Amino acid sequence: MWQALRNELHPRGLEIVTIALAADPEAARVWIDQTKPNHPSLIDAAHRVDELFGVINVPNGIWIDEEGNIVRPVEQAFPERQTAPDWQKLADSPDIPEQLRETLQLAKHIKIQPQEYTAALRDWVANGSQSKFALSPEEVVRRSGPRGKAEAEAAAQFELGHHLWANDRPDLAPKHWREAHRLQPDNWTYKRQAWSLADPFQGQSDLYDSCWVKDVKKIGAENYYPPLDLTPARRN
Amino acid sequence: MILTSLEVDAKAFEVRTGWALKPEGACKGDICVALPQNAARGGQLDARIISERLGMPLIHDADTNVWCLGPEAMGHALTTAQAPELELPDWLGKPFHLSSLRGHKVLIVTWSSW
Repeated sequence: MWQALRNELHPRGLEIVTIALAADPEAARVWIDQTKPNHPSLIDAAHRVDELFGVINVPNGIWIDEEGNIVRPVEQAFPERQTAPDWQKLADSPDIPEQLRETLQLAKHIKIQPQEYTAALRDWVANGSQSKFALSPEEVVRRSGPRGKAEAEAAAQFELGHHLWANDRPDLAPKHWREAHRLQPDNWTYKRQAWSLADPFQGQSDLYDSCWVKDVKKIGAENYYPPLDLTPARRN
Repeated sequence: MILTSLEVDAKAFEVRTGWALKPEGACKGDICVALPQNAARGGQLDARIISERLGMPLIHDADTNVWCLGPEAMGHALTTAQAPELELPDWLGKPFHLSSLRGHKVLIVTWSSW
């Protein structure tokens, strides 16, 4: 999905690192093997980037400059597409399960900003610290999302659940993942990861209190990704 | 950070969390938090004291007797704009360090197959 943009911007100094959030790494490898990317393509089984960078959904993007400073923290990150993705056509097919149809119909209302995002990215690659989209260190920290007691414990509960799931005690994982969901309800990677292991369409299961359709309806599909904040903010 | 006892190796703690043990206390970026003398002994940290001083939740799974020390709760997901070290395997299983890309601009993007 990012290969074309990487080919365009790599000669100008940008590297793209894709990170698959996948408790079961094999599930991600199958997809990556089809594209054989020429940029680093990593697998994060324990959702470490949630804890380290404040990731809460996919796709989320983070910009880091040549000195290793974050200049834009986590935000929605979509590349441009030339055509509508296949799933949009699938949403109108009569031959798909009801649960999947409901999910895809809801997904049609999700608001994404690929043009604005990639224009800002190109501006940063061209202008570096002079780009109006490169933020000051204070602004980066301020925009990185809340991390109070609840969010910190959610990270610990998710990690402990994953540790048990990956070490022969999958039966003990859901109680910790349920806690992670309760403590940080706007973290979709914790929820979707757990739901997907209980039901491939992330529908309601006995293990969890909610499911994707129910939670997205609760907040409104149009609010699923917070809008980009591209307010110019020069670095000092 | 998964723990099988309440003693944490200080080096492993630094690699995992970015908090380094220095004479002034535990430090990350420009922030240093003073630690009591009994927090560290022979390169080992007391997870309970670290948890309390750095605001890191310490949770326990009673069935397996495993602990998890979570990230610091200091108000924001990032404590500093300096990118943390990130070590993850690439899709072929080879270890990758984010710091190996110093000198490049980097866009990190998350995705999933679910």
